[in-house]
Amino acid sequence: MKLTLCRRFALAFAATCVCFASIAPAQPPAPLKIDPILQAAEDARIAAIDRARPSAVSVYVPGGGGGGSGVLISPDGFALTNFHVSSPAGVYMRCSLADGNVYDAVLVGIDPVGDLAMIRLLGRDDFPFARLADSRRAQAGDWCMVIGNPFLLASNLQPTVTWGILSGVGRYQYPSGTLLEYADCLQTDASINPGNSGGPIYNDQGDLLGIVGRASFEKRGRVNVGVGYAISIHQAKNFLGYLRSGRVVDHATLGATVTTEENNGVSVSNILESSDAYRRGLRYGAEILEIDGRSVQTANDVQNVLGTLPSQWRVKMSFRDQGVRTDTLVRLRSVHRKDELLQKMSAALPPPPPREQEKKEEDEKEPGDGKLPNLEDLKKLKDKILQKPKKKKYPKEIEKQLVLREGYGNYHFNLAEQDHFIAALRGQFPGGKADVLPTWHIEGETTEATPRPVSIQIESGNMALKVGDEVFGYKTKADLYEAIDRETIAGILPVLDAWRRMSAQGPKKFGESYYLGTMPLLGERPLRDCMIATDGELEVRWLSHPKTHLVEAVEVFADRDRDPAELLVVRKSDEKGQQPIELKLLFGTQAKLSFTVSSWETKLNQSPNREDAS
Amino acid sequence: MGNQTESIAKQGGRLVICLRPITLGLWIGFVGTLFAGQLAAQGKLSDLSKTAQARVVKIYGAGGLAGLEAYQSGFLVSPEGHVATSWSYVLDVDPIVVLDDGRRFESKIVGFEPALELAVLKIEASELPFFTVNKQSGIQWGDPVLAVSNLFGIAAGNEPASVMQGTVASITDLDARRGTYKTPYRGQVLILDLIANNPGAAGGALVDAQGELVGMLGKELRDAATGVWLNYAIPSDALRGAIGDIIAGRKSSVVDTSKPMLDRGKSHSPKSLGLVLIPDVLEATPAYVDDVLADSAAMRAGIRPDDLVLLVDGRRVENQRSLRELMRRIDRRDEVEITVQRDTEIVPLMLRP
Repeated sequence: MKLTLCRRFALAFAATCVCFASIAPAQPPAPLKIDPILQAAEDARIAAIDRARPSAVSVYVPGGGGGGSGVLISPDGFALTNFHVSSPAGVYMRCSLADGNVYDAVLVGIDPVGDLAMIRLLGRDDFPFARLADSRRAQAGDWCMVIGNPFLLASNLQPTVTWGILSGVGRYQYPSGTLLEYADCLQTDASINPGNSGGPIYNDQGDLLGIVGRASFEKRGRVNVGVGYAISIHQAKNFLGYLRSGRVVDHATLGATVTTEENNGVSVSNILESSDAYRRGLRYGAEILEIDGRSVQTANDVQNVLGTLPSQWRVKMSFRDQGVRTDTLVRLRSVHRKDELLQKMSAALPPPPPREQEKKEEDEKEPGDGKLPNLEDLKKLKDKILQKPKKKKYPKEIEKQLVLREGYGNYHFNLAEQDHFIAALRGQFPGGKADVLPTWHIEGETTEATPRPVSIQIESGNMALKVGDEVFGYKTKADLYEAIDRETIAGILPVLDAWRRMSAQGPKKFGESYYLGTMPLLGERPLRDCMIATDGELEVRWLSHPKTHLVEAVEVFADRDRDPAELLVVRKSDEKGQQPIELKLLFGTQAKLSFTVSSWETKLNQSPNREDAS
Repeated sequence: MGNQTESIAKQGGRLVICLRPITLGLWIGFVGTLFAGQLAAQGKLSDLSKTAQARVVKIYGAGGLAGLEAYQSGFLVSPEGHVATSWSYVLDVDPIVVLDDGRRFESKIVGFEPALELAVLKIEASELPFFTVNKQSGIQWGDPVLAVSNLFGIAAGNEPASVMQGTVASITDLDARRGTYKTPYRGQVLILDLIANNPGAAGGALVDAQGELVGMLGKELRDAATGVWLNYAIPSDALRGAIGDIIAGRKSSVVDTSKPMLDRGKSHSPKSLGLVLIPDVLEATPAYVDDVLADSAAMRAGIRPDDLVLLVDGRRVENQRSLRELMRRIDRRDEVEITVQRDTEIVPLMLRP
C-alpha cells in the first residue's frame, strides 16, 4: 500500500515535469557544466564563508539602543568589536551568532584611540572562534569578505556576508581629536554599512584579517560607497593582552616629532629630553630607519607604525645620526596623560541609550521633547553622561564577571589576571607563600674574563651586595631608591627585594598593582605578560613568559624619566622549580652586572606584617 | 545562461514566480566567480592590481574649497610621462603628479579635449610603465573589471592608489543631451556594477582581467531627475584618437610661440570678432562672453552671451589674458576656430571675418 502511494506521487511528479518540459525545449537539456576552474573558485569561496561565518557576532544594545558587529577570537568567548559599538552599550550587551543563539556579553577592555573593545560572550567554553591571519602579508587586490550585522539586519540571527577585494593596505585615517585613529589600516570595496562596525573582515581562506570600523561616507548618505576601512588584525594582536587586562588602554608615542625629508627619508624635528628615545641617543636631525622591525621612509610611515602600538611598549628602533647607525631599544610613552584619556573618552561618548526597564526619575525632564534643549537641560545631560555609572541591575551571570572601577572597562578581568600572576609567581622558583616573607641569599660569580665572587643578601632592613671587593649595604627604602637613581650595580637589590615582597604579600597588599597586558621583552616576541606594582616612589614590573609563566625580567623605575634597574633572569629549562642559572642587571641597554648563580637559598621565617623597611 | 534558467524551471511549477530573481542571483554569482576563474588562469588578482596601480597616478591641483576636492586621478599613457586625466577645475593650476612609488612631479597640461572631458599632462620622466590605449578594447557587458583611482584622496602618502572590482553592467549612450546628466560628453559609456565614481576618482583607470586599459573613470554624475549617482567610465577607444593626437603633437593646447606676435592693428582681438567679454577683474578671469556685437563674425557664427571660450584654433584659453594673447598671433584677415562651452554642451564654431 505504501509503495503504491509512493508510486503515485512519483507519477504525479513526473507529470509536472512533463508539463514543464513542454514549455522548455523538447529535449531535456544536459545538466549545466561549469568550467572546473570556476567550480573550484566557487567551492573555495563557499568553504571560506562556511569556515568564517560561525565566529561572526551580531551585537545588540539591550533596550533597542542600536548595535553592531563583533568577532569571537577564543573558545571561552572573548570577542573583539569597536569601541564605538561597545560604548553606547556600556558594560552589558546581547550577542547573536549564526548558530541561532543569543548570548549575554560583558565588556572586558577598551581602546578608545584604536577604536577597539574586547567583550566576553558568556555561557559556553566551546565557542567557535576565528583563526587570525597575518594581515601584514595582505595586499591590494586580495579577495576578502566582511561578515556582520549591517543596518542591524540580523534580526533572524543570520549575519550578512559581503565579498570584495582589498583596495589598499597601510592606509592612514585621521583620528577625531586623538581618539578613533586608524593607522596602518586595510581598505576594502566589500560593502560596509552602519552596523558592520566592529565586525570581522576575513581573507579568502576565512581567516581573520581585521576589524571593520569605518567607511568613507559623504554626500551620498550613510551607505556604502565602496570604501570601508578595517583595523588590521596585526594591530589588534598587539593590543589583545592590553584589552584582556580590562583596562582603558592608550596608544604609544615616541616623544619626538618627525618630518619627511626631500629625499624621502624621515628625520627628527623635535625631541623631548625626558623621552627614552633621547636617552638612547636619538637627536634632532637624526634619520629614523626602522621602528619595531618595520622600515620607515616618511612621517606617515612613522605614525602608521606608532599608531598600532600600545603605550609603554619597548620596541626595536634603528636610526642614523651623523653617518652612524644605531640599533637600540626604545620605551614608548603614552599619547595621553593619566586622566586625559578618561576625560576625552567620556566627552566623546554618546548619551546612554534608553533602557526599557529603567524608570525615568521624576525630576528629570528629558531634553528633546520637540523644543530646543535649554542650557539647563544640556548641563543636566552632561552631568548625566559624566557621572559615575549608577549601580544597575544586570543578569546574574554578568554581575559575576563585572567589577566597575575608574580607569577600567571591567576590573574583574584585571583581578583575574592578578590572581594568575601571583599563583604563577609563588609556584615557580624561588617560590613564596602568602604572608610569609622570606630571606634570600644568593651566591655566584661574575661572567667577566676574570670572574669575581658575588654574594647577595635580601632581608628586610638588611640588604647587601658583594662583588669581589665592592660592598654595598642598604637599610632603608631611600637607600634602595638611591641605588637605582645612581645606576649602580646595587640596583639589583631593590629589584630582588620587590620580587621577594610580592611573592609574600601579593598584589593586593604590595601597593597599587595591576596587570598591564602583554609586551615584547627586549623588543622580541612572544609578547610577555606584564604586571605592574607601585611601592611608594618605586614602580616595579614583572615580565613573564605567556606559556610557562616564568618571570623573565623584573624592572624597577625610580623615576619615570630615567632608566629603570632591569634584571634579566636566565633559566636553563622551563621547569618551574629550577633556580635561574644567570642574572643580568641592565640600565638602559647597558649590562652593569652579569653573574652565574651557584646557589639561591630562601628562608621562610618572617611575617610580612612585621616588616618595617623604612 | 539559458540552460541554467531551464534547469530551474524544470524543478517545479511554484518556482516560476521567483524565477527571475533567482536567475539574477545566479548570474551575479556567476560573474563574480568568472573573475576568479579568469584570474586563476592568469595569476593572482593582487599581481594584476599591482600592475595597474603602477600605471595610475594621483593628481593634486586647485580646489579644497566649497566641497571641491583638490585631487583626482590619472594614468600614464606613454613611457615619457604623458598622463591622461579628466578635464576639471583641479587642473586650473599646474598640477602635482604623484606616482605609485611616491615620486612627485610638477606637470604641464599639454592638451585637452573638452568634448571628452579629457586632458593630457606631461611630467619630466622616462621609462615609466604605461597603458596602451587600444583601438578596440573588446570589453563587453558582464566582463569583470578593476577600477584604480585616487578616490577620496585616501592614498595620501607615498602609497599606490585604491583598487576596486566589479563588472561592466552595460555599454550605452549617456542620456546627457536633455540635461539628465550634466556633462558635455556625448559618446558611449561603460556603466559599472561597482561604486567607482567617488570624489577624486575621475581620471582613474578601468582595466580588464588581462590588465588592459578599457576606460577612464569619469567625473561624478548624478541623474537630475532621480538623484541617482552614476557609475561609469569613458571607453578607451573613444579616448584613443585624442590622446594619440595630443602625444604626437598634432593637437596641442599649448601656445605656439613659433608664430609671431602681430601688431594690434593687424591681429585679431575679441573686439574685432565682435566678442564682449565679462569685465576682466580677476587675475585669471574666465573668458565668458557677456555680449555679442551686432553684425559681427561672432554673431554670424552663432556665439551667444554666457558661452565660455575654451579653445581658440585648438589652443587652450586659460583666461581672458591668454585669449587676447592667442588672438594676437592670428592675422585679422584669417578665420578663427573657437570652441565654447554652452551649458553642458561643447560647441565648435568658425568665425569668419
